Amino acid sequence: MARIDLVDLAHTYLARATSAADFAVKPMTRAWRHGGAYALLGPSGCGKTTLLNIISGLIAPSRGRVQFDGRDVTALPTERRNIAQVFQFPVIYDTLTVYENLAFPLRNRGTDRGTIDARVREIAQLLDLSGALDHRARGLTADVKQKVSLGRGLVRSDVAAILFDEPLTVIDPHLKLQLRAMLKQLHRQLDLTMIYVTHDQTEALTFADEVVVMYEGEVVQAGTPEELFERPAHTFVGWFIGSPGMNLLPCRIDGTAAVVGGHRIGLGRRYAALPADRRVELGVRPEYTILAGLNGGLPVRVRRVDDLGRVRIAKVELAGHPVAAIVPDGLAIDGEEAAIALDSNRLHVYADGHLVAPAEA
Amino acid sequence: MDKQTNQRGWLLVLPVVVIVAFSAILPLMTVVNYSVQDTFGNNQFFWNGVGWFSELLDPRSELGARFLEALWRNLLFSAIVLAIEIPLGVLVALAMPRQGWTVAFCLVVMALPLLIPWNVVGTIWQIFARSDIGLLGAAVNALGLDYNYTRDSFAAWATVVVMDVWHWTSLVALLAYAGLKAIPEPFYQAARIDGASRWAVFRTIQLPKMQRVLIIAVLLRFMDSFMIYTEPFVVTGGGPGNSTTFLSIDLVKLALGQFDLGKAAAMSIVYNLIILALCWVFWTVMTKDSDARGVR
Repeated sequence: MARIDLVDLAHTYLARATSAADFAVKPMTRAWRHGGAYALLGPSGCGKTTLLNIISGLIAPSRGRVQFDGRDVTALPTERRNIAQVFQFPVIYDTLTVYENLAFPLRNRGTDRGTIDARVREIAQLLDLSGALDHRARGLTADVKQKVSLGRGLVRSDVAAILFDEPLTVIDPHLKLQLRAMLKQLHRQLDLTMIYVTHDQTEALTFADEVVVMYEGEVVQAGTPEELFERPAHTFVGWFIGSPGMNLLPCRIDGTAAVVGGHRIGLGRRYAALPADRRVELGVRPEYTILAGLNGGLPVRVRRVDDLGRVRIAKVELAGHPVAAIVPDGLAIDGEEAAIALDSNRLHVYADGHLVAPAEA
Repeated sequence: MDKQTNQRGWLLVLPVVVIVAFSAILPLMTVVNYSVQDTFGNNQFFWNGVGWFSELLDPRSELGARFLEALWRNLLFSAIVLAIEIPLGVLVALAMPRQGWTVAFCLVVMALPLLIPWNVVGTIWQIFARSDIGLLGAAVNALGLDYNYTRDSFAAWATVVVMDVWHWTSLVALLAYAGLKAIPEPFYQAARIDGASRWAVFRTIQLPKMQRVLIIAVLLRFMDSFMIYTEPFVVTGGGPGNSTTFLSIDLVKLALGQFDLGKAAAMSIVYNLIILALCWVFWTVMTKDSDARGVR
């Protein structure tokens, strides 16, 4: 059982943090439920590895508590937490065989021989490593090494959560898919909490039930892949998730409409007036921005059309702002002049990057 | 066209060939030349075939016995020095700080003995260990131990060994430290998660990762200690008696003391071949285990 709670947790690598920017992980309170498959998604340097290392106990947080099932483990050393971690580069003990590698955590904990043997064989079976047990770990390929380091975590019967720190970085693309499928399967088979750090949105969206997006040391949104796509809580999420990312247009809010460079765009909902000093943006996914003929909506200038095979994406300009729009099948683009139609149910308003709720429905 | 290119290639390696010829091949040939001749001075040489070699390799002859004695003495010295310096160097490297300003400080202090010219090291210890005026020698005597390296061969050996350890352990430590620094942090983190003890971390991570630099350290220290000349020559002059007369000291005595050029030349060649052979053995034995060299 492992429900993991982070209570008012924050971390800085500096001796004395003076401003919010000094924190690698800004104050947060967050619960990871038992048995969940989480992805921790964000760009390099956003604090996701730091957060992971705090949970596993490799780093002591500057502030706050870590609780496993309500028990405060903040001061507990990593080997006494029931957690395993898989690192970006495969960590294996070169001079030992695969068998000895898998047995290593158990031997260190003084488990008896018979139990070790049974457990190692069981895990090897699970990870499809049975044939390689007698091999020296040094000569293995990266994907097998990574399986071995995962196996070292699984072999301990007390482990209730496994943390992955970009585990597929050094794996060949075609093997990535296999390993990812294996991880999903293991998650279903074993009753484990898994937290998977990545900066690859595909990896995050396919692996996790819940994706936690981090940006500059903060969790900006946590939700299902669908929620992240449909209702990004932060412009960063809109931009980071989806390909291409969400269109963001600086605008002014006027009741039920957004004004972008002289064009009024109906929002279908009323918004309260926003203070003038805040940066207000209108966000809409390219998927809900459809290119149309000349009089089909807001007039734009077409700069480029990219054929992605499955879909065509037009890079256009609306009142000087770049916008990506879907080109419907069969639409011929003639010259630079065109128009875009926005789905008014999919428009979001952001102030200083954060989603603004409408004043009334 | 290809032919043309190849010809120019020869021209390009010519400088190296010339340098190697003058620095290595020609002197070596001179030695080979001496080793098959006898001389009574006056630049008069007589053909002696393999005479010197058979005498040298025959333990019943005076020369052979002397050579064998010096050889064993030298092997013992190298063995003792390696047995102390390698583990000690590793221990020092493990104890060195990994970050902060103390790193630079430690590195400088460690490098100091390596920067001192060999005969200066010898002179320092020659004085330092003297039982009448030397700080170390006088202190040991004051403690009630009878210590005099000019009289007692054990004291002479101890002095030479301690001096070599003082001089060269840094080299092993610096190499081992470089090896340790190259180990990525996740290895230690994984070991902590796996609940590994300090000893297990050393056995399964640090030692295997240091293996390659330690091979280099062993080879360097073996070759150097097997060829040691200056420091014992300055401190003990090979004495008392012949007790610290190592191979190279013996060689110099033979060549310059007695001016037996032929014998000395034969001895040089055999000496050289022994070093080459032993290094090859070391290398083969120590790298036998690492089947996938160069692969992390």
